[in-house]
Amino acid sequence: MALTRRRFLAGSGALIGGLALSSLGIDLSPVIAYAEEMKKIDKVKSAKETLSVCCYCSVGCGLICSTDTKTGNIINIEGDPEHPVSEGTLCAKGAGIFQTTSANEHRLTKVLYRAPKSDKWQVKTWDWAITEIAKRIKKTRDAGFIAKNSKGEVVNRIENIAHMGSSNIDNEECWLTTAMVRSLGLVFIDHQARV
Amino acid sequence: MTNHWIDLQHSDCLLIQGSNCAENHPIAFKWVMKAKERGAKLIHVDPRFTRTSAKADFYAPIRSGTDIAFLGGMIKYIIENEKYFKEYVVNYTNAPFMVNDKFDFNDGLFSGYDPGTRKYDKATWTIKKDDKGIAEKDPTLQNPRCVFQLLKKHYSRYDMDTVSKITGTPVKDLQTVYEMYSATGVPDKAGTMMYALGQTQHTSGVQNIRTMCMIQLLLGNMGICGGGINAMRGEPNVQGSTDFAILSDILPGYLAAPRASLPTLDDYLKKNTPKSSDPRSANWLQNYPKYTVSLLKAWYGDKANKDNDFGYSLVPKLDDGQNCTILNMIDNMYEKKIKGLIVIAQNPACSLPNANKVRPAFTNLDWMVHVNIFDNETSSFWKGPGMDPKKIKTEVFLLPAAASVEKQGSQTNSGRWVQWKYEAAKAPGDCIYTGDIVIRLVSKLKELYKKETGAFPDPIINLTWDYTDDKGRFDPVKVAKTINGYFLEDVTIADKTYKKGECIPSFAMLQADGKTSSGCWISCGSFAQDGTNLMARRKKDDPTGLGLYPQWSWAWPVNRRIIYNRASVDLNGKPYNPKRPLLAWVDGKWVGDVPDGPWPPMSDLEKGKYPFIMKPDGVSSLFGPGLGDGPFPEHYEPLEGPMEKNPLSSQLKNPVMKIFSGPCDLFAGCDPKYPFVMTTYSSTEHWCSGAMTRWQSWLTEAQPQVYVEVSEELAQLRGIKNGDKVKVESARGSLPCVAMVTTRLRPFNCGGQTIHLVGMTYNYGWLFPEDSGDSCNFLTPTAGDANTMTPEYKAFMVNVVKI
Repeated sequence: MALTRRRFLAGSGALIGGLALSSLGIDLSPVIAYAEEMKKIDKVKSAKETLSVCCYCSVGCGLICSTDTKTGNIINIEGDPEHPVSEGTLCAKGAGIFQTTSANEHRLTKVLYRAPKSDKWQVKTWDWAITEIAKRIKKTRDAGFIAKNSKGEVVNRIENIAHMGSSNIDNEECWLTTAMVRSLGLVFIDHQARV
Repeated sequence: MTNHWIDLQHSDCLLIQGSNCAENHPIAFKWVMKAKERGAKLIHVDPRFTRTSAKADFYAPIRSGTDIAFLGGMIKYIIENEKYFKEYVVNYTNAPFMVNDKFDFNDGLFSGYDPGTRKYDKATWTIKKDDKGIAEKDPTLQNPRCVFQLLKKHYSRYDMDTVSKITGTPVKDLQTVYEMYSATGVPDKAGTMMYALGQTQHTSGVQNIRTMCMIQLLLGNMGICGGGINAMRGEPNVQGSTDFAILSDILPGYLAAPRASLPTLDDYLKKNTPKSSDPRSANWLQNYPKYTVSLLKAWYGDKANKDNDFGYSLVPKLDDGQNCTILNMIDNMYEKKIKGLIVIAQNPACSLPNANKVRPAFTNLDWMVHVNIFDNETSSFWKGPGMDPKKIKTEVFLLPAAASVEKQGSQTNSGRWVQWKYEAAKAPGDCIYTGDIVIRLVSKLKELYKKETGAFPDPIINLTWDYTDDKGRFDPVKVAKTINGYFLEDVTIADKTYKKGECIPSFAMLQADGKTSSGCWISCGSFAQDGTNLMARRKKDDPTGLGLYPQWSWAWPVNRRIIYNRASVDLNGKPYNPKRPLLAWVDGKWVGDVPDGPWPPMSDLEKGKYPFIMKPDGVSSLFGPGLGDGPFPEHYEPLEGPMEKNPLSSQLKNPVMKIFSGPCDLFAGCDPKYPFVMTTYSSTEHWCSGAMTRWQSWLTEAQPQVYVEVSEELAQLRGIKNGDKVKVESARGSLPCVAMVTTRLRPFNCGGQTIHLVGMTYNYGWLFPEDSGDSCNFLTPTAGDANTMTPEYKAFMVNVVKI
């Protein structure tokens, strides 16, 4: 039987006994790293598995996300061995996708607003932001609405609001976005398909 | 992709041109290596020797921006050495069709050119039809006015010496590539062509791809297992975002955006529904009215009915000829005509060309809404280099979104597989789905327009907007079903009755009378009639043994895994390649992949149909009058290039591309101040402008900062050592960075002229990490493809100096 990485790590538990060797001046950092890895594996074993798809290049590699059932946080993401295209493998970016989760301290977690001529962000609520954005859209749209073009043809469009993005959102979100911008009358619409 | 990732393994020869697959689609490259293990040959054509080149059987260097010359030379080689697959060319392409007597080509220009408007009148770019409206043909391919002979004449000028002078590829290398690849022009061999942004992001990008397609048609490689034309798309869902038309020129499912000269639905459908008088042509797009009306029903529900043109008047109309794509959008922003901008998950401050035009354009906005999982150079433009926040009026709303693994929904890969994924965790803090943001925003706008007066409220108020679950949250399944479509009434088709409320199992059932809805006709069938989500399937049965996996996810159209597959069989429906039978006509029915339509093969003179069912003529187009810059691709130099003359004609640049002329639109071709060609690309560790990956320590440790790759010869010329700090300058801007002196780049010998080429990755920006440098798009020009306006990121002129 092929020795899998998990099996190998599980079988290396005897190494932990070597911790006592630290007093002899032996570098034990690899041993500690193994122990940490094992703790993680125990956690992964009891975690909830969710299937996903990689968010980068469009090969569409399969992912297995492990979520800690107590905290609700994702604790590990690895390749899905059942996936017929990726067969469990991931590239450098895909293998690092864990760092797009809440584990990344740089994630945006609050609604932020920058006022005119201000040099800083302010934290706001969703209700405030949605209301204020809708007001801006309506005001700009109403001011710029073009019912007819110079030839007198009916066009019902606006050219003073533009939209960009995105190929980084799911299909259902793309479809809603298209419906939104068309219903507003936008024509300056584009996204990463060109860039 | 006409084919799909796993299918690459079946190829006998893989030509990768305009992509660094090994580094930018690393997992896909596994299937390339599997083909090699089977004995396939891998050819890489690229300006730079990359890891893809290292794995290739043959690498040929090419000066960036000269792909049509390189591939045009291959067309000449294939025709003159009779390497083409004659039976396929005669029956499945328009090679035998007779062309309008007045069509002509002379010194780089086709007939009908108007230098004043920089446009062609395409009246002479037509096929001759007989009195029944059917194309006149010469199946012997000998008539000098048939497509085949005109094609032969056009590319007779692309001899290897001339091609080598343009491309800088040595003649012996051209000879090797042409020989290796054209060996696939036999029935039992398959050649695949793989490309990415290295082909599309040029002023002649679309024609680059067309030249590849024409070679595939000549060799009989289209529609077959191991063949096809395979665009390796660079974003996780750029296939889906294009299918669903976050674009100015199309509606979902590639339906045309309405134009001002088409005031009624009838006008729109008359203009856009293709016609064919040939009873043997399926002309599938004759169903255009069904797809259009079903889309309008999905958007406007009961408010769309026969009496009001199904709400056609609610959809905005572009003026005829109006172009609202990204470069024109920025131009309008720079000119202060655009006041508000919504940006979802994109970083245009770094990813658009000519950042010295883009970033100041943002300061003209009254407001910007930005949805993302990390802050980036776009949302924070007001505090970027050279900006004084006190002088910038723009309000910015930065909205925190859920990341991909925190969302349920579907994503479409390059092979058109629509894969369902699930929510692995609740997004942190106040993050919500982008879908929730769009839903809340539209709901609020509906409320405002109902409450107050405003301009033309009808399309907003009438838009069907019932996509939330019982807790008021965005429900991706509800939207996905709307995209698939429903029967809105009981409908009987071919003795079978479908009940109101059932999902439409195939776009063949869509109706033009308002009895069906579908948010995107090509997605029809992603749900079964009973509402089962086929995108979520994970069965790995492989009945053909070809790795089509028809029960893993769902592929558009109608779960067809290789499109144009009726071209893989002969006139009797027998597979051309019996070793890899994708499709076969057995006992009166098709066996294998989902066929391109149910009709019998062409030998059935009564019911048989031509194989390319999406083309009105039923065959593929070697002569393609649809594009704006010519029915045959012709080589022109990039807008900024090192050549004073085009050896093929006196037409140096693409005659129809738009030339921008604003204060930031500066160009310098053949200018001693900017003597080097530059190209741009990505790395394995970063993704696009780095807006996601630069925030990840594991990746930034591997690729921490911006650099320029220069050849040893150029380094010697400029006194640059590996690791030196240098400045790269173009007519538009300059960028300090680190020099990487490498043998991966070599000077080109273009007809005795030595041309140096340098390259940079476009993965960086000023915001984070602090010392990573900024975007290479300070250097790139505001120039776009003549047909699509896709920006030219791949060939322009710079200087490199030590600082």
